[in-house]
Amino acid sequence: MSIWEYANPAKFMRTTDKVLPWLVVSATICVLGGIVWGFLTPDDYRQGSTVKIMFLHVPAALMAINIWVMMLVTSLVWIIRRHHVSALAAKAAAPIGAVMTLIALITGAIWGQPMWGTWWEWDPRLTSFLILFLFYVGYIALWSAIEDPDSAADLTGVVCLVGSVFALLSRYAVLFWNQGLHQGASLSVQSGERMSAVYRYPLYLSMIGFALLFLALVVIRTRTEIRKRRLAALQAQEARA
Amino acid sequence: MIALLLRDLRLATRAGGGFGLGVAFFLILCALVPFGIGPDRAALAPVAPGILWVGALLSCLLSLDRIFALDHEDGSLDLLATSPMPLEGTVAVKALAHWITTGLPLILAAPVFGILLQLPVHAMPMLVLSLLIGTPALSMLGAFGAAVTVGLRRGGLLLSLLVLPLYIPTLIFGAEITRRGAAGMDVATPLVFLAGVTLAVLALIPFAAAAALRVNLR
Amino acid sequence: MIDLGRYTGTVLAAYGVSVVLLAGLIWHSIAANTRARRNLEKHRNDA
Repeated sequence: MSIWEYANPAKFMRTTDKVLPWLVVSATICVLGGIVWGFLTPDDYRQGSTVKIMFLHVPAALMAINIWVMMLVTSLVWIIRRHHVSALAAKAAAPIGAVMTLIALITGAIWGQPMWGTWWEWDPRLTSFLILFLFYVGYIALWSAIEDPDSAADLTGVVCLVGSVFALLSRYAVLFWNQGLHQGASLSVQSGERMSAVYRYPLYLSMIGFALLFLALVVIRTRTEIRKRRLAALQAQEARA
Repeated sequence: MIALLLRDLRLATRAGGGFGLGVAFFLILCALVPFGIGPDRAALAPVAPGILWVGALLSCLLSLDRIFALDHEDGSLDLLATSPMPLEGTVAVKALAHWITTGLPLILAAPVFGILLQLPVHAMPMLVLSLLIGTPALSMLGAFGAAVTVGLRRGGLLLSLLVLPLYIPTLIFGAEITRRGAAGMDVATPLVFLAGVTLAVLALIPFAAAAALRVNLR
Repeated sequence: MIDLGRYTGTVLAAYGVSVVLLAGLIWHSIAANTRARRNLEKHRNDA
């Protein structure tokens, strides 16, 4: 039993068939729980009720980055071991990542308007997220532009690799260009000062919820891609026969 | 390799198109900016470094799809791929040819256009130096983008979407050098970073571009 | 109903936009999956 068994599309479909309902249920519970709990938290003495936005903004931003990392890993698996499910999972994850980035950007802008007095500031974190969004858009556009599925997987894989290096590079280049307005990490293990438990636990729940939601969606979308691929293969077979 | 370089240069100069087009586009861009911002010297001078760098970026973008597209159409790219020369070398030579035909004229023209945009004269050496260090990276990244999109019917638009985000670090450091040059500040730090980005790009991107080409020629 | 104070519009807008985007994403994922499954089944029944 090794993880590579799931590279077999049939095995992947069978397993996810069983896992998916649980995933959907737990994702729904955690996301709704996290958001509702977050909505019911008391007002912050400085931020007022806008602190509630954090329960959307922070998990979305967290997922935006982690989804790109997941795409990088699955692209590498495709390039090195050539498992089709891996490439399809990367394809399936990209739109979710783009939406997460968009949510992080928009909720940030809505929050920034009353708090910083501006919708948008060319702050390193904000700018990096905009750049990340551009990378997602380019990646998705490339997938949809190439007809041959294997070439598309290869080329998007290479672009994802190069893009990862440049996304990281831009992150630090931007830091050089403008010092920030954005607060530092709100959940840090080392720092002595921590967010009060009133906010911390709903935030954890919301983060878990977003992660589960991503997993559920990526499984559904990967299954879609596998089915599309199977249909195309069957049709090609008949055309030849 | 030298033969390939000479061939590419000859093609670029002879076939009309391509060659002077980038510089002409750059000129138009620099002429349009004052219409948008206003002729005021105090308004133009601070934005001049940024406009010049963004202009150079866009002019560079204009001729990128020609790096591989023409050779792909007439089949000579397949010949190059099967020749004994490594594909990475072909990519590097193609990027060099693109730099000589597009980057170099831009660098030479930039100080003249800087005058149009009221860039202070003492900033010119820094403008030229930053472009000289930065534009090879632009050509090489462009060659990567062109290699990825070479087989596509409507690759041009996608090419810009893929390549422009990759230009961000070069743009940040390049414009910063010019800005600091205009303000009379020390430029060593961004200069080192810009050179680092360019060298890393020149060393690593040919492999990525060659990998993309191999996929497209399969 | 909880009182959101002077930031009512801000908070509701942020939640509204996020819910709409997430709902759109989920709807799209499920719709595409259903379509793919139906096409595949139809193809199998035809064959």
